[in-house]
Amino acid sequence: MTSIAGYGVYIPRYRIKIHEIARVWGADGDRVSKGLMINEKSVPGFDEDSTTIAVEAARNAVEHSGVNPKDIGAIYFGSESPAYSVKPTASIIAEAIEASPNMTAADIEFACKAGTAGIQMCMGLTKSEMIKYGMAIGADTSQGRPGDALEYSAAAGGAAFIIGQRGIADIEGTFSYTTDTTDFWRREAEEFPSHGARFTGQPAYFKHVTSATIGLMERLDLEIRDIDYFVPHQPNGSFPLKVGKTLGFETEKIMPSLKVPYIGNTYSGSSMVGLAGVLDVAKPNERILMTSYGSGAGSDSFSILVTDLIEEKRNKKTLDSYIKDKKYIDYAIYAKFKRKIKGVSMG
Amino acid sequence: MAVKGLPASWRKIPQRYNLIGDECKTCGERFFPPVTICPNCRRTGSLERYKFSGEGEIFSYTVVRAAQEGFDFQIPYFLGIIKLKEGPLVISQIVDSDPEEIDIGKKVKTVFRKVREDGSDGVIRYGYKFILDR
Amino acid sequence: MRKVAIVGIGITKFGELWEMSYRSLAAEAGLKAVEDAGLSGDEIDALYGGTMTPGLFTDGQEHGGPLLADAAGLTGIPSTRIEAACASGGAALRQAYISVGSGINDIVVAGGVEKMTDVLTPSATFALMGAGDQKWEGFYGVTFPALYAMMARRHMYEYGTTEEQMALVAVKNHANGSKNSNTQYPFKVTLDQVMNSTPIADPIKLLDCSPITDGAAAVILASEDKAKELTDTPIYIESSGMATDTLALHDRKSLSRTDAAIKAGKDAYKLAGITHNDVDLAEVHDCFTIAEILAIEALGFCNIGEGGKFTEEGETEMGGKIPVNTSGGLKAKGHPVGATGIAQAVEITEQLRGEAKARQVDGAEIALTHNVGGSGATCVVHIFKRRN
Repeated sequence: MTSIAGYGVYIPRYRIKIHEIARVWGADGDRVSKGLMINEKSVPGFDEDSTTIAVEAARNAVEHSGVNPKDIGAIYFGSESPAYSVKPTASIIAEAIEASPNMTAADIEFACKAGTAGIQMCMGLTKSEMIKYGMAIGADTSQGRPGDALEYSAAAGGAAFIIGQRGIADIEGTFSYTTDTTDFWRREAEEFPSHGARFTGQPAYFKHVTSATIGLMERLDLEIRDIDYFVPHQPNGSFPLKVGKTLGFETEKIMPSLKVPYIGNTYSGSSMVGLAGVLDVAKPNERILMTSYGSGAGSDSFSILVTDLIEEKRNKKTLDSYIKDKKYIDYAIYAKFKRKIKGVSMG
Repeated sequence: MAVKGLPASWRKIPQRYNLIGDECKTCGERFFPPVTICPNCRRTGSLERYKFSGEGEIFSYTVVRAAQEGFDFQIPYFLGIIKLKEGPLVISQIVDSDPEEIDIGKKVKTVFRKVREDGSDGVIRYGYKFILDR
Repeated sequence: MRKVAIVGIGITKFGELWEMSYRSLAAEAGLKAVEDAGLSGDEIDALYGGTMTPGLFTDGQEHGGPLLADAAGLTGIPSTRIEAACASGGAALRQAYISVGSGINDIVVAGGVEKMTDVLTPSATFALMGAGDQKWEGFYGVTFPALYAMMARRHMYEYGTTEEQMALVAVKNHANGSKNSNTQYPFKVTLDQVMNSTPIADPIKLLDCSPITDGAAAVILASEDKAKELTDTPIYIESSGMATDTLALHDRKSLSRTDAAIKAGKDAYKLAGITHNDVDLAEVHDCFTIAEILAIEALGFCNIGEGGKFTEEGETEMGGKIPVNTSGGLKAKGHPVGATGIAQAVEITEQLRGEAKARQVDGAEIALTHNVGGSGATCVVHIFKRRN
């Protein structure tokens, strides 16, 4: 059975409170924070980008899995904030975990679900025995236009999963739902993404997440009661709860993965970081249903059954350890770190 | 645009990404950065690739407030001479840390970070830096 | 090896000399030295020019040998650029000394020049980092103040040296420099001023640092016979010691000790047949205040680790056990890197000739220069004597 051999997360240390961002734009911090259900978001340090986040997550995954990196035959990096437009990040990761050179690697783009598309690609390659292990990473240092609603949520973080044949959690099946729905996008060479505001909700996020989730449950003949944790993509705190409710999931099945109030939306990292957080605490035979969402638009849903192996292979670098290790910065430092001050650069 | 030092940076990827140095099989000393010849054994030395753990402690440190070209927007930044667990001393930035936390003897470990960017259209050079092992 | 003496000295004003170019600085120092030696110029057999990196400090210009000879009106003679970072001047002096001592040449110019203010400070900082290890230090944003700061931090940690003791080096050298008309900063500073100056790389503050300086210096060396024909006050170079250490600071055996200086000093003392007790005054490489403390320890004027205390007790002041940096040192006089080693020899020559006026160390017979390249990867020590 296709299985998760190991995983790793990484969240940068810096945080900015939603209130601090609201202060700059004269908004009511309480109202914004409550509406989005986000208290604070992670901010990449001056010298961090989606590559460095991916490498840290990938190294944590290798350490957790105990896999020889030379046995990783494929690395797929999903992000909407890659450091280079042309030049793969996946090859940098491959070198940094010493998986190269006898392997394949590529960067994938599908807004916030590129990382889960990578998991599916790794599933195919491992199941067909073309490779022994594959690694899929979702990582972002998301951009939000200053003053835009996205600025309150666009955060930084990532997760890496090593897919193989026997591991801590078996992937029972996957189902995808894809349409041409342009709810959020960034044109080539544009610095910030644009979005369709409320159009990103019902016809986009909700439609795709519910369709993929229902599609997978039907395919695997699963009922709500068979599922212990539901991990949807987390653009904010309210969408996951709302979509869960629509699907019939009890709030307590969603809460364990809902870390967006403490770290914000990690975009390509989002659902994968949520899954990692659940795997940190899940017990053998518990079933996790993860559904990603990528604008433009599509969802990948996965049914994951935790195996006995998880008890002897607990991940020491838990998501919570990254969430707890934090340092608050103000908007001025945030603006410097994110190069929002004109002229500020690294070289 | 042609970029300065591209091949030179590329040659150092094993060192900068993964702290690959040398171990002399004759005298047992480990070296980072790698050496071209074992300074103890010279012709009788036998160097082999050795990967350092990245763990160590602060041997000395400073806060740079007047930067070198290209580091202007990072001030103030910490630099440390780190004594690696396996012996050698190495220099790099200590990041994500507050002044009151930094001291000689504090335990550190490596992280993977951007070190330099050759302008907005040039290559990004990644490498090891250190964070406190909290 | 035959005896070699200094028969002529020349030095420009040190400072931010906006009107002066690399070439005009070199020419001025060279011509002054030739004039001081009473030569026409035709007698000069060869030139050794110490310069660190005119290319990075100015406009890409290299090929210093012919450039310097040309600038000084000496086109045609063998002329070699000597580069040993901030010890380029000292290394050029050593080559000139060897060339005359060996008998190949009779009269030789040893010069040093650097024009550092044609570029902005970050570029100069980058150029100076060429004296360290660009690949393993400079790459990570290391600056020279940072390297010396980390040496200072170890010295403080291992020996209890204080920031005040380091600051006292600046106070003393500025006091000396205030009596020297060539000095970039000819004014006194107080302990408070040094302690409260802008932090650069903790614990190093602005007034712990030598400045960025334009300047040139030259000395004329002659064989003993020629020297006696030319002057009544030849100043003999008794010995030259030079040693190297690892390029990168982190590869050294110790951060709180300068082994190349210890070795160069030991060799120089041995060749001159003297000990540190015989030295009446010294010009040492105080690019940062901690560097002077490291220097006086390496040269044996005090024990290793006691340089701070020795300074605090006033032993390196005028009238102390061993006056150090009577010229004002690099700290007050300025530090045009390639010229510094030669400028040290100019000061020593003035002192041993008895021409140092307000800075004169009475009865000075034997003196020493200590010139460092990088964070200690090169050290050149010369010992000078008034009487043969």
